[in-house]
Amino acid sequence: MFKLEKRPQPSKLFAYLTPLLAILATMFAGGLLFMVLGYNPLEAIRTIFWDPLFGEFAFYYRPQLLVKGGPLILIAIGLSLGFRAGIWNIGAEGQYIVGAICGAAVGLAFYPMEAWFIFPLMVIAGAFGGWAWAMIPALLKVRFQTNEILVSLMLVYVAEQLLASMSLGLLKNPDGHGFPGSRNLKDYPSAFNDEIITGSGMHWGVLTAFIAVIFAYILLNRHMLGFSIRLTGEAPRAAKFSSVNPTRLVLFCLGMSGLLAGLAGLFEVSGPSGQISIDFNTGYGFTAIIVAFLGRLHPVGILFAGLLMALTYIGGEMAQGTLGLPAAAIQLFQGMLLFFLLAVDLLTNYRLKRVRKEAV
Amino acid sequence: MDLSAINPALLLASLLVAATPILLAGIGELVVERAGVLNLGVEGMMITGAICGFMMTIITGSPALGFVFAALGGAALSLLFAILTQYALANQVASGLALTLFGLGLSSMLGQEYVGLKPPSTPKLDIPLLSDIPFLGTVLFNHDIIVYIGIALVAAVWATLKYTRVGLILRAVGENHDAAHALGYKVVRIRVLAIMFGGACAGLGGAYFSLIRVPQWTEGMTAGAGWIALALVVFASWKPWRVLLGAWLFGGVTVLQLNFQAAGVAIPVEYLSMSPYIITIVVLVIMSADKSRAPASLGRIFHASS
Amino acid sequence: MTGTLLKIEGLTKAYPGVVANDTVSFEIKHGEVHALLGENGAGKSTLVKMIYGLVKPDSGTMLMNGASFSPAEPRAARASGVAMVFQHFSLFDALNVAENIALGMEQPPAMRDLAEKIRTVSEDYGLPLDPYRTVGDLSAGERQRVEIIRCLLQEPKLLIMDEPTSVLTPQEVEILFETLRKLTAEGVAILYISHKLEEIRALCDAATILRLGKNVGTCVPAETSARDMAELMVGTELQTPKSAGADLGEVVLDLSGLSMPSPSAFGTPLRNIHLRLRAGEVLGIGGVAGNGQDELLLALSGEVRTARDAVKLKGESIGQLTPNARRTRGLLTAPEERLGHAAAPNMSLTENALLTGNVRKELSNRGFLKWAKARSFAEEIIEKFDVRTPGPDNAARSLSGGNLQKFVIGREVLQEPDVLVVNQPTWGVDASAAAAIRQAILDLAAGGTAVIVISQDLDELMEVADNFAALNEGRLTETRPTQGLTIDEIGLMMGGAHGMEVAHV
Repeated sequence: MFKLEKRPQPSKLFAYLTPLLAILATMFAGGLLFMVLGYNPLEAIRTIFWDPLFGEFAFYYRPQLLVKGGPLILIAIGLSLGFRAGIWNIGAEGQYIVGAICGAAVGLAFYPMEAWFIFPLMVIAGAFGGWAWAMIPALLKVRFQTNEILVSLMLVYVAEQLLASMSLGLLKNPDGHGFPGSRNLKDYPSAFNDEIITGSGMHWGVLTAFIAVIFAYILLNRHMLGFSIRLTGEAPRAAKFSSVNPTRLVLFCLGMSGLLAGLAGLFEVSGPSGQISIDFNTGYGFTAIIVAFLGRLHPVGILFAGLLMALTYIGGEMAQGTLGLPAAAIQLFQGMLLFFLLAVDLLTNYRLKRVRKEAV
Repeated sequence: MDLSAINPALLLASLLVAATPILLAGIGELVVERAGVLNLGVEGMMITGAICGFMMTIITGSPALGFVFAALGGAALSLLFAILTQYALANQVASGLALTLFGLGLSSMLGQEYVGLKPPSTPKLDIPLLSDIPFLGTVLFNHDIIVYIGIALVAAVWATLKYTRVGLILRAVGENHDAAHALGYKVVRIRVLAIMFGGACAGLGGAYFSLIRVPQWTEGMTAGAGWIALALVVFASWKPWRVLLGAWLFGGVTVLQLNFQAAGVAIPVEYLSMSPYIITIVVLVIMSADKSRAPASLGRIFHASS
Repeated sequence: MTGTLLKIEGLTKAYPGVVANDTVSFEIKHGEVHALLGENGAGKSTLVKMIYGLVKPDSGTMLMNGASFSPAEPRAARASGVAMVFQHFSLFDALNVAENIALGMEQPPAMRDLAEKIRTVSEDYGLPLDPYRTVGDLSAGERQRVEIIRCLLQEPKLLIMDEPTSVLTPQEVEILFETLRKLTAEGVAILYISHKLEEIRALCDAATILRLGKNVGTCVPAETSARDMAELMVGTELQTPKSAGADLGEVVLDLSGLSMPSPSAFGTPLRNIHLRLRAGEVLGIGGVAGNGQDELLLALSGEVRTARDAVKLKGESIGQLTPNARRTRGLLTAPEERLGHAAAPNMSLTENALLTGNVRKELSNRGFLKWAKARSFAEEIIEKFDVRTPGPDNAARSLSGGNLQKFVIGREVLQEPDVLVVNQPTWGVDASAAAAIRQAILDLAAGGTAVIVISQDLDELMEVADNFAALNEGRLTETRPTQGLTIDEIGLMMGGAHGMEVAHV
């Protein structure tokens, strides 16, 4: 019989070990899954994890790591601030969409004028859009104590409808021959989020993601606000005692995560994606939740976790092409990763002890 | 725009149909939350139930078996959540989300070969005499059996919670799990059973989409119904009959906006489609202002420390 | 009916690092009120848990009426006629009395019959209860009644009571004693755990004293002085803290018309509290838990805002100010709940030092934290208050109750407050740490700080306080000097028996 005993101190060793354990467990379980589905497990694992980095076409895929990882990291950093404080922004996907819509709308409004200030304005618009969308659950929580999980989530569905409406209506490309979707921003140099270093995959969004990681690190470790965030999540009564203002914290955390998600949306729509269309959003807002937990809500952890997640996306696409693995398998894989991480995380705060039946 | 094309009897009848899946998922989640556990994975369990029910029906040709299997599928998925939160002491919010993501992925995987197929239909009840009453007959007595099961389930849950010992123990566990443990009640066991009940109900609700309401299988077809069911529990202040009321309300909004779309009402389709979600938010705000208490142990991790 | 009911021989129980009970032997007779005395950590709880089947002894035997008795779980103990009223109640606030009692029974009768039974039994034993009242609305004394009635409905032969009077006013204690006397007249034995010597002398027939897990003696309380019993418990000459004999200064804290609803669902609102505190004064506020102590602390710390003028510090109205704003002005507080309120359990002592020390110890600069300074502040607390811990990087939850409390109090003391308010400063703390804390309070006052000590422990308040007031249902009585205050007067100040009936025995 095993018994769980609380450790006197959270274990530093396991704090680092758990993500690795979770990844290994997922690879194992995933491999089993692939086998059951009729695929060669080793080949599948290799295609997903190894080939994009070191395989034949790695030179093409490696930059994609940054392209896919950038938005994930950016959104996850924002989410992690809230999660640490027990503020659950589940609607990042919606904030991402609204940020993209606002930013693209600003850019398209200037078309066909070319000017240096268009892109920065778009960035501000994108950030504002995401921030505003997140302010809805924030204000409702602060004023009415409404649960932010449900409100932010409902707003995702609303945002998706908004996206459809924009693609078919307001932002529809007048030169698009009647097809839905906005003008493609790749063809509009002032608005295009191009690679900063050609061929590296690094566009402004990726750069922003790296800056966000640094900013979050400093905030959490060196600043009173970061301390307040951590304290609120750890011990809410102690936080109040310590004079943390819960309203300010909710507004900051939700606002910040909305802002970063909106930025991610803007960088994506003006860069790799190119246009506002009905299926513009690809679930980054939800995957970022996994990234945040996988990175143990730590900025540097999120950086690595984001790159890992990007790897699974890319590898998954490769496996789709070469092995016929269904796209849903990767989503399953990602869900499993979160599961294992949550389960293994137990060991950070508890020990397993062998207990003998007590002699009477 | 031709509003006269909307037939009130059919409208109300379709309201009951639209309400049923979230009613089922909602009453299941109510039991779970009364036991003190917040399971955000309702969406994942519903969609899993949808594909399980669909698969079983196609394979065996029997919708009845399909529903049974759907309930089992939902319960099985919920078991994962139970293990995570009750044994591995994981954070309930994160675990629920993991369950949803996993469930969505799993169902997509399983449903690969079933896209576009039509399942054998589930018969509607034809009660002699009652079904023939004009207006009321159409509204109340002409439905498939699951609709009635849903309402019966609400009654059963209400009676159990209020009058039986099992219900009392469940409520006690949800109010104060430490005291319940001190009195010798197996908190973890009770919660696991409650979670599985919630999973089975959600599975049933999901299968209702794929077998009756649509009826077809598409990826992600529950489109947020699970989340609305969660909102429903809050709206109902954790009282069973209010879940019924809330389900009818949401069912009504959904059905109304679809009817408006069909009648050519001059509001763009997308905005009409948004309405159920916006109404949910509005309702949540109103309900949060009502200080009705959630079970005191809701969402807190239980670890027997003796 | 006399004769031995329960005979305990050589009972031992060890946990990693500590022997909780070391070959303990004693006897309880039928119809006897037997006290189990000892300090915190002496092993009383463990011993009683073994009798009740919650814990299995490593060795030793128990005999009930001559037959071997080794309950595997509480259910078995209850079946053998042992019932226990715990110190911390297992009650469900949102459910009513009858439901709560039903949950504590094996096979409860139908609700209506149960309600009748509850009414009858509770009246018979002088502890009347309305079965349909919501438990959360009951006072602490009434909640204890629910626990007791729950036990009595099982017709026990042995009733174990763990620190029963910690939640009762002196008048309520009298009512309880009447009930217990009735029970013993019917042949029920009572095992009465307490550290309140005067009560034991008034009520108990025999007393067994535990110290550090061993039985250090049995005595007849009526024939032994309180001082002798205390020395048996503690083992050394008792040190009474030295009170400095105050020259009181200006009024530093002025509460007028302080009213505040309770932030928690089943709490007690504060009603129209008036208080004036002078520099160098130690004011003891007594009262049974649940009469507004937590709320008073929240109102003073600033976690809950009140009317501007309701709280004045050195003449300034601070009712609307945040906790940190009050800290800047010299008002510091230490809440009752150590882990979770006064300190964050999973954070290090350095971080916990930062929790309240940020303002007065200047541990941040425009928001940016000075970790090195926070660390040395934590180290200073650890050193000056003898906190036993490997270092400031250790998590707060790794400390024992007494050490953590020393840290929490020390943290506030070293910030040199003008006013310090502490709630239950020595609750669950071992004797030497408690003495150290009380001394620290007295030293602070000697230095000119005004101190409010909120405590359920009347002995403690009599020792350290210059003046005394009682909190009763959210109201504060007039302040009286502790010199010459009698137990009866205190009891009346604490609200008498809250309108509870005296026994119809």
